[in-house]
Order: sequence, then C-alpha cells, then structure tokens
Amino acid sequence: MKLPLPRGPLSRATIDLVRSSVDAAPARGLAVHAQDAVAASDDLAVDDDLQLALYVMYELAYRGFDGVDDDWEWDPRVIEGRRVLERAYERELRARVEVPDDVAPTRSDVAAALFTMTAPTPGPSVARYVAKRATRAQLEEFLVLRSVYQLKEADPHTWAIPRLTGGAKAALVEIQADEYGGGAADRMHCALFARTMRGAGLDDEYGAYVEQVPAVVLAALNVMSLFGMNRRLRGATAGHLAAFEMTSSLPNRLYGDGFRRHGFDAATTLYFDEHVEADAVHEQIAGRDLAGGLVRQEPELCQDVLFGAASCLWLDERVGAHALHAWTAGRSALRVEP
Amino acid sequence: MSREARAAEIVPCPDGPILVRGDVQILDEAGEPVPRRRATVALCRCGASAIKPYCDGTHKAIGFTAP
Repeated sequence: MKLPLPRGPLSRATIDLVRSSVDAAPARGLAVHAQDAVAASDDLAVDDDLQLALYVMYELAYRGFDGVDDDWEWDPRVIEGRRVLERAYERELRARVEVPDDVAPTRSDVAAALFTMTAPTPGPSVARYVAKRATRAQLEEFLVLRSVYQLKEADPHTWAIPRLTGGAKAALVEIQADEYGGGAADRMHCALFARTMRGAGLDDEYGAYVEQVPAVVLAALNVMSLFGMNRRLRGATAGHLAAFEMTSSLPNRLYGDGFRRHGFDAATTLYFDEHVEADAVHEQIAGRDLAGGLVRQEPELCQDVLFGAASCLWLDERVGAHALHAWTAGRSALRVEP
Repeated sequence: MSREARAAEIVPCPDGPILVRGDVQILDEAGEPVPRRRATVALCRCGASAIKPYCDGTHKAIGFTAP
C-alpha cells in the first residue's frame, strides 16, 4: 500500500523518516516527536496525528508500504517513538476503561464475566441502524471504515499464538484457523470481506481507504497491535478477541439484513452470514478455552484479560457513536481531508 | 483425507450451544447431511436460532438458561 498523507507533526516526521533510506536517514529518532504529540493530546483515541503515526509504525510489521525499506520495522528510531506512543495509549486506556475487579481467576468465572460484559443491550446501535435505516452511501461508508481491519482480519491476534501454551494456545489456533478459512484462501475472512467490498463497488485493495478513516477507527485497530505485539499483554489479546467474538454474531445478522435490504446478492452478504455462524462458535472457544483457559494457566493475567475485553468494547462503542452521530445528522462518517 | 479424523467431541456450553468437533455427520430430519463448513460447529440448544441446526448467538438475546 501507499504511505498515507501526514495528519500532523508526528505523523509527518514518521512518514518522512521511513520514506528515506535506513542508511541515509538522520540519527535522531521519533521519541521527541512522540512525546510532544502525547503531551499535546487530551484524548489519544481521537488524535488523528498520533493514531496515524502509530498505524504507520505498526503497518511496517504487517505488509509494509510501497517504496519503504523493510528494515524500518525494527529500526530503533521507529521503535523508540512507538514505545512512547504505546506507553501513553495503554496508560490512557487503563485510566478510562471500566474493568470489573471482582472476578475470580477461574476458567468459568472469567468466561461468565466476559459474557456479562458483552451481553446484548437494547437501544441504538450501528447494527440496528445498518439493518433498518442506512442509505446505500452509508453502507459503503460502513465498509470503508471497517476495511482497515477487515482486510487483515485476525492478523493482530495471531501474534499471540507463540506466546501461549497448552489449551489456551490450542483454542487460539482453533479460532484463527477458522478465521483463515480452514486453509482455503477464498474462505479466509479477509478474502470474504474483500468480496463484499467488490460487491458494493468499492476498491478492495489493502489500505486503499486509509486516508478516509478517522482517528477513532485507527485507534480501535492499533489497540489490537498494541496487545498483539507485546508479549506482556497476551492476556489483553485473549480478552480482546473474546469480547470481539462475543459482540459479533448478532450484529452480523443485522449487517447482512441491511445489505439485503438494498438488494445486494448472496456473494456480497456471505461475509456477514459467515460471521453469524462462525462467531457463535468462536465466542464459546474464546471465552472459555482461550481467555478462561489462559487465566487457569496464568491466574495473574486475569485483570489483563478483562482489561483487553473492556478496551475492545470501549473503543468499539466510540467508533459506533462516531458513525451513528454522523449518519443520524446527515453527515459523512468518513474523515474529511483538510 | 489422509490424516486420521479427530474423534468426536461434544461440549455443552453453559447456557449456550453444543460444540461439536471431530468425525461427526450432522443429518437433517430427512436424513440428509447438513452442510458443514468448519471443523468445529455450534448446535443451537435454545431453539431460537435463525440458522438451525447451528447457533447464531440468539440464546444471549432471549436470556436462555440451559436445563
């Protein structure tokens, strides 16, 4: 994918740095820029400059960027900036999200707590809006917003596989194998999402719409890499995945209904229909065998598991509120380039 | 399939579906095989799923408690 355009001084410094050659670039890294950006922000999750910079730093470890030297992935000049942003983002999440503190570190109690945290709630939601009210243009925006994650669906949680052992590892592999289509390339969930984008007349190229995706959506994506790429946060990855799967089956039914309402064919809605069935399986495995199983192995990770789940839900709610607020006001939920 | 099939495993989830893994054929009431697209499936136990015999998570919306 192409390098995105900067959204402020930190992302400009990040993009300028990785665009130059590793050998010829200045010795000064991104730490000071990152510290300045953190100091200037009162809400990191909606800070376009900071979240885009973090996105670029992480993306070096996924698919990279056209014309960017692969060596930047582990270059200390990038990593020092990433560490500053990761510490600040984690600190802010821990300060803001509500994590239950009365859950016993047992398999069944952790699973029950996760199902309670993710229990369906009445009231306005993106899923209900998509099912009943969204215009065709809003459905396209819905896909664009989701595309930054869904075109690499499952990848951020896969980082945790080598960090786990025994039953928790087997559970994560069982889920991820299904995410990757059971080994069939055309059944991989990212491939099904690409098919949905094409069915809606959108560009399914990886990263095609990053410019139009606002900070809060990047924040919800970056948190998965924050958890996935730091072994210390393997409990948070397990909790994040559990919460993600537990809030998926019922909404995906409604997403599919919204696209059927606009006359899209079965190939276009297959992604949603697949998730109704798949995630009803995954949520059970993720809650009990992955998250619960991990806490049984490593009871000290209990609070991190719940923190990961709460972070997923908190960010998902902010993304949903952003989209609903825009759509019900008749505005676009996409980022307007300044 | 050259690999030895995994032995059948059936897991009733508390207040949730029944997970089925391994070498199991699922048949409908006419005896016809139900398409199975994944290694592990969840069978509806609450009766309210729209994709029976599979679970679609509806048990959570109706407050199902398993007997």
